[in-house]
Amino acid sequence: MTDGATWVNQALREHEEHTGSAISRPTAPASEREQQVLDRIDRARKRRPKVREERITMSHGSGGKATRTLVEAVFLDAFSNPLLEPLEDAAQLHLNGSRVALTTDSYVVSPLFFPGGDIGDLAVNGTVNDLAVSGATPLYLSAGFILEEGFPVADLVRIVASMEAAARVAGVQVVTGDTKVVQKGKADGCYINTAGIGVVEHEVSLGVVNAQPGDAVIVSGPIGDHGVTIMLARGELDIEADIVSDTAALNGLVADLLSATTGVRALRDATRGGVATILNEVAAAAGVGVLVNEDAIPVRPVVRGASELLGIDPMYVACEGRMVAVVDGGEADRALAALRSHPLGADAAIIGQITADPPGIVLLKTAFGGTRIVDLLVGDPLPRIC
Amino acid sequence: MCLGIPGEVIEFLPDQPDLARVDVSGVRRVINVGLLSDDLPKPGEWVLIHVGFALSKIDEAEAAAALQFLEGIGQAYADELEALQASQIE
Amino acid sequence: MRFVDEFRSADKAHALAAKIAELCEPGRQYKLMEVCGGHTHTIYKHGLEDYLPEQITLVHGPGCPVCVIPMGRVDDAMALASQPDTIMTSFGDMMRVPGSKGSFFDAKAQGTDIRMVYSPLDSLKVARQNPDKRVVFMAIGMETTTPSTAMTVLRAAAEGLTNFSIFNNHVTIIPAIKAILDSPDLRLDGFIGPGHVSTVIGCRPYEFIARDYGKPVVVAGFEPLDILQSIYMLMVQLSEGRSEVENQYTRVVPWDGNLAALTAINKVMELRPYFEWRGLGFISHSAMRVRPEYAAFDAELLFEVPGVRVADPKACQCGEVLKGVLKPWECKVFGTACTPETPIGTCMVSPEGACAAYYNFGRMNRRRVVEVSIS
Repeated sequence: MTDGATWVNQALREHEEHTGSAISRPTAPASEREQQVLDRIDRARKRRPKVREERITMSHGSGGKATRTLVEAVFLDAFSNPLLEPLEDAAQLHLNGSRVALTTDSYVVSPLFFPGGDIGDLAVNGTVNDLAVSGATPLYLSAGFILEEGFPVADLVRIVASMEAAARVAGVQVVTGDTKVVQKGKADGCYINTAGIGVVEHEVSLGVVNAQPGDAVIVSGPIGDHGVTIMLARGELDIEADIVSDTAALNGLVADLLSATTGVRALRDATRGGVATILNEVAAAAGVGVLVNEDAIPVRPVVRGASELLGIDPMYVACEGRMVAVVDGGEADRALAALRSHPLGADAAIIGQITADPPGIVLLKTAFGGTRIVDLLVGDPLPRIC
Repeated sequence: MCLGIPGEVIEFLPDQPDLARVDVSGVRRVINVGLLSDDLPKPGEWVLIHVGFALSKIDEAEAAAALQFLEGIGQAYADELEALQASQIE
Repeated sequence: MRFVDEFRSADKAHALAAKIAELCEPGRQYKLMEVCGGHTHTIYKHGLEDYLPEQITLVHGPGCPVCVIPMGRVDDAMALASQPDTIMTSFGDMMRVPGSKGSFFDAKAQGTDIRMVYSPLDSLKVARQNPDKRVVFMAIGMETTTPSTAMTVLRAAAEGLTNFSIFNNHVTIIPAIKAILDSPDLRLDGFIGPGHVSTVIGCRPYEFIARDYGKPVVVAGFEPLDILQSIYMLMVQLSEGRSEVENQYTRVVPWDGNLAALTAINKVMELRPYFEWRGLGFISHSAMRVRPEYAAFDAELLFEVPGVRVADPKACQCGEVLKGVLKPWECKVFGTACTPETPIGTCMVSPEGACAAYYNFGRMNRRRVVEVSIS
């Protein structure tokens, strides 16, 4: 019989070093004890992020806790500078008197072609959206391709045609690019990396750190369409449904919103990690609570059905054409009206509000009437069986 | 290991008596109905789906009865509340 | 969604909650155990505890088959997966469960071919598509899932597949409930009985709880109204001094269970003399193994499995949490060394585990929260 796992003992030792005390059991009355434990957990969660794994796992790419830890502990730690630090969707730069936003993204979706679009659509729309939610008018994109040996040229042509069409709709141009080819077995057909720049023209400074108690939280349309489409398109789950990706360029929608009201505090496009991840980012950055109503969150019946069947939560499922807006409470109705009068925002809804308490935590008032926490997911929403 | 979802039987697969296509809120999947071979569901009936198998038929009469019980309690509660409020009007 | 939404409606919840509160004897504390992990998940996911009076405490039981798998068995599964030309297939819940050298997820990162499946039938598909590889299915679950594994083995046999086998970790719920009842640590007033396990075994197997231990049992569905109604039914029994088995989930659970399912299980599997449950120790006749007639599909016979017993880490108190003796936050390492990101024990790793449910959904000062959400 072997002894318990050495990695556990290591984890415990590390933890003791960090907190400076041996882990002991508190002795006060129950409700007080519970609060002590909750406080201890809050402190533990605020500790400096550290990557414990020796190797990268799929969790590091899912947009949840592991991704965040990796970004903070490895990238931010090394590149540390005030422009990177906000970790928003785009960096805000000042160049010779102009305000410029710069963003970058990589696209590794599988399958490459899916109902509603392909990797090319994602590449253009995703980059445009990162700029748009930063308050910038998107102007120019770069497109770097990493192609697998053996990849059909016809597929490449198809992808590039999608990119051209998407760029035209969004009003941007692809002005520079690069091509590399790697051996068969790498790059899953085609990977695309992009960078995008845009000019910030509005007198607006958007950032999740600006959220304040009393603000309204608005989502621009039904959530989870893209993620569910991809899951089903992979064909491993043998599920069919009439669902297409929601990939779309949001710059027009954002422009309408920012023209209608000056009360917008922050915008984020809900990609990997879904709406839940964004709400957590808001709560953490601004040190506020976020309270949302399950009833108010728009979800298509088909996305709900697929999520129930698989045991996943639509709040964590990726979108590619939806955004979350934090808006001054007094301007909420005006913001909503502006969104709803644009085709991409027809189903926009106010889903909740920012509160002072409990700071850093996202709460959900369930349809049933109870309350629960919505935390960052550890990895991808794995289909549950139970 | 308990996640079971109600789904409506749409049709049986032509050459495979054990397999049926079900619909869950617009999502369709083929599942195995072999565990209900003694009393196979008909299209339009509902089953409980778990890991790709139908475990049980959903008894619509029982579901209606359950809801009626809940409505009853709900109504009694609402009546009580109303009575309480009415008695406060002075 | 039909048969789901109606049972999630809030307006009926208030009425039930009021009735439940009425039935509480002043000054008396009630401890009700929900055995099934799926119930634990629902309770936290929908914030059901907000509807219960302070006098009622819900205790979370060991009905989470992922939570009770000992580290040694996870190590065995990892050993199977790392053999050459082998594809391991597993449910999503198992992917993160840590053995002494990491989880399936970690092994996958290092190149082991481990694939997630939704159904054991998907595993057969993998076997058909990869005739040159040996495909092993990590069979885990209580009686809800066991028939599906059995049917899959029967199908594999009918098709004459020679590259498919299962690593059988199916367990049975009754011995675990009995272990809880016999445990001196715990005084429970009633049980919220497993819903989907009962579609297979029926309601009769719980009669010994009412008859021999004098505790009421109500077999419950998985929507929040189902659980609230079951708690109501338990409180009615308690207030009337009765102890019986009742079925709240009549729309799905037949009193006599599913004969075809029980037959399939019986055809392919038999009870092991004993099996180790994490935190509960060795329990006799509590798990299944493949019958000799189907040895060709038994991974334990076909391959080298280390079979080494690994002691639970000393800091891990999963056992006490699984028995309901400790609440998640009472575990010494809860939330600090043991989190969903860095789970030490299975209660934190499985989405149904009490610790994961509490950490992910319930971890907050309830009074503060109620104030916040009303304003």
